[in-house]
Amino acid sequence: MQTPLPMDLQELHAYADGQLGPEARARVEDRLAADAEARRQVDDYLDLNRLLRERYDAVLTESVPERLRSPKKRVWRPVAAAAAGMFLFTTGFASGLWLQNHGFDVMGEGDHVVREAAAAYAVYTPEVRHPVEVAADQEQHLVTWLTNRMGARIHAPVLTDQGFSLMGGRLLAFDDGPGALFMYEDAGGHRIVLTICLNEEEGKRTAFRFAEHEKVSVFYWFDGPFSYALAGEMKRTDLLNLAESVYRQIVS
Amino acid sequence: MLYEHAPRLRRYARALTRNAETADDLVQDSLERAWRKRDRWEAGTDLRAWLFTVMHNVYVNGLRRRRPETVPMEEHDCADTQPSGQERAMGCRDVEVGLALLPTEQREVLLLVCLEEMSYEQVATVLGIPIGTVMSRLHRGRERLRKWMAGEDQARPALRRIK
Repeated sequence: MQTPLPMDLQELHAYADGQLGPEARARVEDRLAADAEARRQVDDYLDLNRLLRERYDAVLTESVPERLRSPKKRVWRPVAAAAAGMFLFTTGFASGLWLQNHGFDVMGEGDHVVREAAAAYAVYTPEVRHPVEVAADQEQHLVTWLTNRMGARIHAPVLTDQGFSLMGGRLLAFDDGPGALFMYEDAGGHRIVLTICLNEEEGKRTAFRFAEHEKVSVFYWFDGPFSYALAGEMKRTDLLNLAESVYRQIVS
Repeated sequence: MLYEHAPRLRRYARALTRNAETADDLVQDSLERAWRKRDRWEAGTDLRAWLFTVMHNVYVNGLRRRRPETVPMEEHDCADTQPSGQERAMGCRDVEVGLALLPTEQREVLLLVCLEEMSYEQVATVLGIPIGTVMSRLHRGRERLRKWMAGEDQARPALRRIK
């Protein structure tokens, strides 16, 4: 990858930043006495530190705006509000009850799961040559890799009874860090994806929820360390059938 | 308790984003996120470091979603402000402009070390990178900023003094 910074340079930085023990500091001071270039370097670093603090320390004594003083219900900014509005619109019909019960506040907890799942579906399923990063013939490797990256055990549910076979999977980059994707295909070439991402409120469990995002149907739920979302372009009842199977296999 | 850290978060955010409004939005988003996820913080560990981790994540995720904001560069003529009799080149150019020229990853490391005075280990934890990467980013960032301040950068022609 990248060659580490030579020790003598590391020490110059650590000296300027006051991060050396007495012994190392004495050693660097000896060196600085004999090496004009290194001395200049350290002086410049110290100057930079001073300049940065002079430039920005004033912020510390400014009065803090009201909105940063205590936790409050957020005032939605236009972009976030527009996105949330769209989500409300697209999911509103499907899960009106849930939204009625919770109102606007609930937006924070499911929208990104749906968005990420629908996006992953839209981006990866049309791929002809590289729909997955690791193919199903290396399933063990795939599962071990994703488990390591996600920090808790993951496995690929089996959906052959429903006519879908595992194609493979890939690592995703989600808001909160890594995410995992498994892709399945039926005999007719229809594909679905299961995305798994870290559960914002670890341990929280929810029932199934349904959302539709640009023609992509998504069932999602939160369970333990992860949230799960199954996305596909199919009838809600068909997708629900698959989601239930996934859910059962993950719980057991 | 979280909100006691607002002034330091604001200072860092201001230097990171170069815009007071954007910076406060970032701080607000970070504090709200930290508040929502306060269970994640382990009591007894460094709350400040955790808050900076949260802010780093919020910032980086925001960058990923948005198109990068372009800031018009302004030439700063230092002819009038150069202190007389002082040979040192530092301070001739605006450190803020130089900072903005650095890649985000170098700017973050530099600010956590120089402004926040975090140990290199803390910076590695906050940014979720190995300490070796902290050192190389620190070095590249500092050297680049140093050259820029001294007018030695290759990216743009050195400013000429006007009498």
